[in-house]
Amino acid sequence: MARTFKGGFHPEERKHLTEKKEIVTLTPPAILSIPMSQHIGAPCTPLVKIGDEVKIGQKIGEPSGFVSVPVHSSVSGKVIAVEPRPHTGLGTVLSVVIENDFQDTVCETVKPRDIDSLSPKELIDAVKEAGIVGMGGATFPTFIKLSPPEGKKADAVILNGAECEPFLTADHRVMLEHPEDVIDGLKIMMKILSVSRGYIAIEDNKKDAYALLKEKCKNEPQIEVILVKTKYPQGSEKQLIDSVLKREVKSGALPIDAGVVVQNVASAAEISTALRTGMPLVKRVVTVSGSGVENPGNFLVRIGTPLSYLAEKTGVKEGIKKVLAGGPMMGAAQYTLDAPVIKGTSGLLFFTDKEYKHYEPSDCLRCGRCVKHCPMRLMPFKIMQHAELNDLDGAVKYGLKDCMECGTCSYICPSRRHLIQTIRIAKASLPKK
Amino acid sequence: MNEKLIVSNSPHIQTSYGTSKLMGNVLIALIPAVIAATWIFGIRALILIGVSVCSAMLFEHLWCIIMKKPTTIFDLSAAITGVLLALTLPVGVPLYIPIVGSFFAIIVAKCLFGGLGNNFINPALAGRAFLLASYSLPMTTWAKPFYYKTGAVEAVTGATPLKLLKAGETLDIGYLDMFLGNMGGCIGEVCALALILGFLYLWARKIIQPHITVSYVATVALLGWFFGYNGIMTGDPLTSILTGGVLLGGIFMLTDYTTSPTTRAGNVIAGILAGCLTIFIRVKGGYPEGVCYSILFVNILAPQIDKLVIPKKYGA
Repeated sequence: MARTFKGGFHPEERKHLTEKKEIVTLTPPAILSIPMSQHIGAPCTPLVKIGDEVKIGQKIGEPSGFVSVPVHSSVSGKVIAVEPRPHTGLGTVLSVVIENDFQDTVCETVKPRDIDSLSPKELIDAVKEAGIVGMGGATFPTFIKLSPPEGKKADAVILNGAECEPFLTADHRVMLEHPEDVIDGLKIMMKILSVSRGYIAIEDNKKDAYALLKEKCKNEPQIEVILVKTKYPQGSEKQLIDSVLKREVKSGALPIDAGVVVQNVASAAEISTALRTGMPLVKRVVTVSGSGVENPGNFLVRIGTPLSYLAEKTGVKEGIKKVLAGGPMMGAAQYTLDAPVIKGTSGLLFFTDKEYKHYEPSDCLRCGRCVKHCPMRLMPFKIMQHAELNDLDGAVKYGLKDCMECGTCSYICPSRRHLIQTIRIAKASLPKK
Repeated sequence: MNEKLIVSNSPHIQTSYGTSKLMGNVLIALIPAVIAATWIFGIRALILIGVSVCSAMLFEHLWCIIMKKPTTIFDLSAAITGVLLALTLPVGVPLYIPIVGSFFAIIVAKCLFGGLGNNFINPALAGRAFLLASYSLPMTTWAKPFYYKTGAVEAVTGATPLKLLKAGETLDIGYLDMFLGNMGGCIGEVCALALILGFLYLWARKIIQPHITVSYVATVALLGWFFGYNGIMTGDPLTSILTGGVLLGGIFMLTDYTTSPTTRAGNVIAGILAGCLTIFIRVKGGYPEGVCYSILFVNILAPQIDKLVIPKKYGA
């Protein structure tokens, strides 16, 4: 039996469009724009200026705060601009624009390392220097998760291979095509955290990946591959911890407080390759899908590749209504294709009338479907009721602060009410701690 | 690609189960009850249902015209109210009865309070309560089942099992008669089989959650046995739930989205409360049946229950 949590829902998956398609390496474009902010936290400070020559793997952005990781060049070539450019999630962001010389000259700093002899502290620094973030979309710097604060200790690492967003198959393909990297990445993290229990959680719509990883892990007594139920938001940290370990993360606390570190499978694979080859995070797998694409697929793309380049390579049809960076549940709608692929871009979806439907909201029926399906077991309609009246205390009583904005309530509402949207506004107006 | 792109906040997909699809499923679940009513009480039962549905939808449409709003009849909730109201009528009532009842249900109980989602009591039951108070004679004149097969034009009157029990008499019908609906009563309440089929459909399609229905029916069975008409622990649990409107009310009225609590625990509480009240009215009240008033009472409490019963949050 697949393990699971309470609440959530099973969306129409639409993964068949790309789940059988092998990862295709895309030749990089002529011009790339690499944003200095590709992670949650402080943006980077550019280390290069117009006219500078850069090489693949060269650090071009220096972290400016603790919650921050460096940014690297994904091609070799010349810096032609350092200016604000469109970003998939943040409007416009200071970016380094590079003209590709198509030589793919590798930076001198990139050299293989014998990581087995490194101490946990050195490994954490290496993960940080490689610019690795949560590649499922949250883009939280990975090294922070691997350095628990004083007095806190993890006893389990869970690799998140749920990929619960409809359409997306990037993680699925990484697990199928690079299982050794995924497992190696997990073992590195377990070593860093000196944890003896590792789990790889995979939704039961990816039985092939489950079978493959289980086979590969048969001589790894410390690693357990676990089937979890196909359900949104199975890939949410708190829900996955509940599914796999039957533990709850206390309200307002972090997974580490429950003794768990959760990391995306693609990030794990990246930790392995980045640390072993010395090449930092400069490319990722992106699922390009949706009914608006002629040739949907999974592509290995250099960070900084414009979305328009992907659109061109996959053949975008007429009648596109919406373009999404990420999945349909949590992804961001794009107003332009000039924004680039960043470290957290797991998918690029082109929606036509087939997927895009506009509904007018009507009055709340009090049907309780949002309450039944809320994975945090909140009362979304009550939160909205109070939020609309600007009664934040009332909204907090019904769970405003605990909402993780997964969007289940808005998906499920038969009256098409803007539940999560209203809740987001209310959350943003909560007084800061 | 030259089109202008639509930008909005996530999520970017939504369920296909909108209000009208949910309501349509409730109508489907009511089909067995409508067929049973027609089979047991003849074509006149179907006419009553038809008149009730048409007038309910017409009143709602007219209201929308007067209020200069886009019509809301396509959400199908008015049609459900029409069917449910008709199912709570005896077969012999004059045809203006369902029209008056629909007017009260749709205009007074629902539209005046803001329409679907804002009514504080179940419209169909409000309509029935109004009719029972205003036209008590036709509303309590019961026909014998299958009277139409004897060639009778006018409904042959008989008594409902609950009326007989309240009068201290014994019933001459068995459980199978009660289960299939071979007894006097409102056209939609007598056939337990049809109602249970509807319940299973709604449950299987996840249109309703079973908690309120199960807790209500179980409470009625338990208390019906405990507080028998002839003293403590003399009642019959099966008779308590198979006679009267317990199943019709428990399956189709208590589960009404707007007027029931939204949490599982709240629904269990509401079901138990309604069950207690039903038996209290049956045993101690002036009416032989208490389903309608007990549900109306619990409807009023639903928002309060939602304030008191808040689910334990994840990580709390």
